[in-house]
Amino acid sequence: MLTIKNLHATVGEEGLEILKGLNLEVKPGEVHAIMGPNGAGKSTLASVLAGKDGYEVTEGSVVFEGKDLLELETEDRAKEGVFLAFQYPVEIPGVSNINFLKTAINEIREHRKQEPLKAKEFMAKVRESSALVELDPKLASRSVNEGFSGGEKKRNEIFQMAMLQPKLSILDETDSGLDIDALRIVSDGVNKLKNENNAVIIITHYQRLLDHIIPDFVHVLADGKIVKSGPKELALELEEKGYDWLNAEKV
Amino acid sequence: MGYTEEELAKDLENQEYKFGFTSNFESDKAPNGLSEEIIRFISAKKEEPAWLLAKRLQAYEAWKEMTEPEWAHVHYDKPSFQDICYYSAPKQSKKYESWDDVDPEMKETMAKLGISLEEQQRLTGTAVDFVMDSVSVATSFKKKLNELGIIFCSFSEAVQDHPELVKKYMGTVVPSKDNFYAALNSAVFTDGSFCYIPKGVRCPMELSTYFRINEGGTGQFERTLVVAEKGSYVSYLEGCTAPMRDENQLHAAVVELIALDDAEIKYSTVQNWYPGDKNGKGGVYNFVTKRGLCERNAKISWTQVETGSAVTWKYPSCILKGDNSIGEFYSVAVTNNYQQADTGTKMIHLGKNTKSTIISKGISAGHSHNSYRGLVQIHGNAENARNFSQCDSLLMSDTSGAHTFPYIECKNNSAKIEHEATTSKIGEDQIFYCKQRGIDEEKAIGLIVNGYCKEVLNQLPMEFAVEAQKLLEISLENSVG
Ligand SMILES: Nc1ncnc2c1ncn2[C@@H]1O[C@H](COP(=O)(O)OP(=O)(O)OP(=O)(O)O)[C@@H](O)[C@H]1O
Ligand SMILES: [Mg+2]
Repeated sequence: MLTIKNLHATVGEEGLEILKGLNLEVKPGEVHAIMGPNGAGKSTLASVLAGKDGYEVTEGSVVFEGKDLLELETEDRAKEGVFLAFQYPVEIPGVSNINFLKTAINEIREHRKQEPLKAKEFMAKVRESSALVELDPKLASRSVNEGFSGGEKKRNEIFQMAMLQPKLSILDETDSGLDIDALRIVSDGVNKLKNENNAVIIITHYQRLLDHIIPDFVHVLADGKIVKSGPKELALELEEKGYDWLNAEKV
Repeated sequence: MGYTEEELAKDLENQEYKFGFTSNFESDKAPNGLSEEIIRFISAKKEEPAWLLAKRLQAYEAWKEMTEPEWAHVHYDKPSFQDICYYSAPKQSKKYESWDDVDPEMKETMAKLGISLEEQQRLTGTAVDFVMDSVSVATSFKKKLNELGIIFCSFSEAVQDHPELVKKYMGTVVPSKDNFYAALNSAVFTDGSFCYIPKGVRCPMELSTYFRINEGGTGQFERTLVVAEKGSYVSYLEGCTAPMRDENQLHAAVVELIALDDAEIKYSTVQNWYPGDKNGKGGVYNFVTKRGLCERNAKISWTQVETGSAVTWKYPSCILKGDNSIGEFYSVAVTNNYQQADTGTKMIHLGKNTKSTIISKGISAGHSHNSYRGLVQIHGNAENARNFSQCDSLLMSDTSGAHTFPYIECKNNSAKIEHEATTSKIGEDQIFYCKQRGIDEEKAIGLIVNGYCKEVLNQLPMEFAVEAQKLLEISLENSVG
């Protein structure tokens, strides 16, 4: 589904290199966890995959579902099925979540040459998706993320994921800010959305999320590269030992 | 608030000014220029009573002594008042009795504007008084309004049929010497609308007038007078579009609202006159004087969505004369390319316990300049007056400007005045967030801007709000930078 080869990316006007030859292969039905120290480039990877302005790919390739992802506009990547649950979800005052999602869904459907969703179908989907992550229905009609608590914002991201049903979801620290119950609820939601045709990349600092969403692979991203990959047990090891031993191992 | 994406997409397809077309009416027009003779010509054409001609001539004498105001934050080539045609009328001499009698070309024009009377009548229950080139050519729903004693007609008709009302109220809120453009209007106005709601009557439908500038080089001098008798209510809509034109067209309207004791007037405008091209060539000059007077417990609320005109100079105001009266001003002003807008309001608190609210949203894109200018004036007798003002500016580009000029004059210590102002740049993060959900940049801007203006758009009647939302999006195409 997703093949990243030797990806180098810089940020800002000075062209500071953040990703320094990253490789990653994600197949349908898989869950990948990416862990790594602060500032390693995890969110940068997510931004580059989503096509955020200000990041420049200087080398390497990203193929998504047979298409050169880097050639596509941000919105077209989304329409092709790439979804990013933001580490810091953005507030859009005055725009209701519902209106926002209706616009998004219909744009995506148009791309797939489908008719716009009827109001009734749309509302049924809203009910179903908000139930999935136990999102307070009131939040669905409030302005996008405006005045949401930190946890509500994260929950709202997964609500949107449920609404849009992407092929590839990148969850950037969706667990941070969630209380213990919310973590379980949101994880259950993600698990229910999982099937053999879609894939999830989970960026996290904590093993506890991976207790709920069991990854097929765990990768350590340090200094712009994947420095170690392993089965889910790797996360436990990281939790116990931190990242320093990896440096020692490299040396 | 629902608007369909398809409609929007259709509008967005057309990058050029949507309503840029002209229709070919033969005009019955005066020679260019302004003189006592021309004023007599206009008055005679309209078969006006002597008192009105006298009023016009007085205004003209006053105007000759006045100079154009320079204080607004706008720069433009001053119109040459001798090059303007002050009277032109579509040639059809007869008034329409029914919709079927209306000239097909005119129907087509209205259809292009997206405001066909048929549809308006069928879908919205709106009575429409369509003003084209200064003469009102179609009036509907008259009968129903008649039964309630509501008068809604062209200004000229009112002069003929209800001279006592016109004489009693005209010029009482905006005196003819009020300012340069008001004086000019008082001298040469050709037509406009008149509305009278009798005591205790709640007007059951939105009254709506669509203005349109049609003749090249025709100055437009509309005059609107709305009188709401004690305890009455009316919601009045005014919407404008103009065909594409090269030369600058001057528009200097006067609107007077009178809300007697316990009455309420809601006045909504969507203004979309030709703003000039991308390089700032052409476009309408819009110098308007709008003012309302509130008697005891009365309320006047102005809502405006301004996207058009090359230069706008407009301050819908409220004189809160009666105790407990309320004035409101909700405004969205969008400027793009080389447009300039200097707009705001004046809230004049004279009575006790008077309250005013000002919500202004300015959006500037391209090389445009957008200024808010507001005056809150609390007089000595205005015990316990309250004002809340919020003026937000949104910048879409680094080359555009937003300016805020709030003036507060307070002569009573019991007054409570709150003023909040913000200036922000449209968030790249917000646009990225939308794009990541599959929404392209233009639509994202549309969403964000409509969200930003929501408090104001919510004040508009539904069908107007939809139109206004689309206008905002069309006006801001390709505007982020
Ligand atoms: N727009 C930017 N301008 C300058 N530096 C940037 C920018 N974006 C990211 N960086 C830098 O790139 C590095 C990687 O940042 P990134 O956000 O990808 O880290 P991360 O792995 O997600 O960290 P965390 O675990 O703290 O979320 C950091 O040093 C950060 O300061
Ligand atoms: Mg991060």
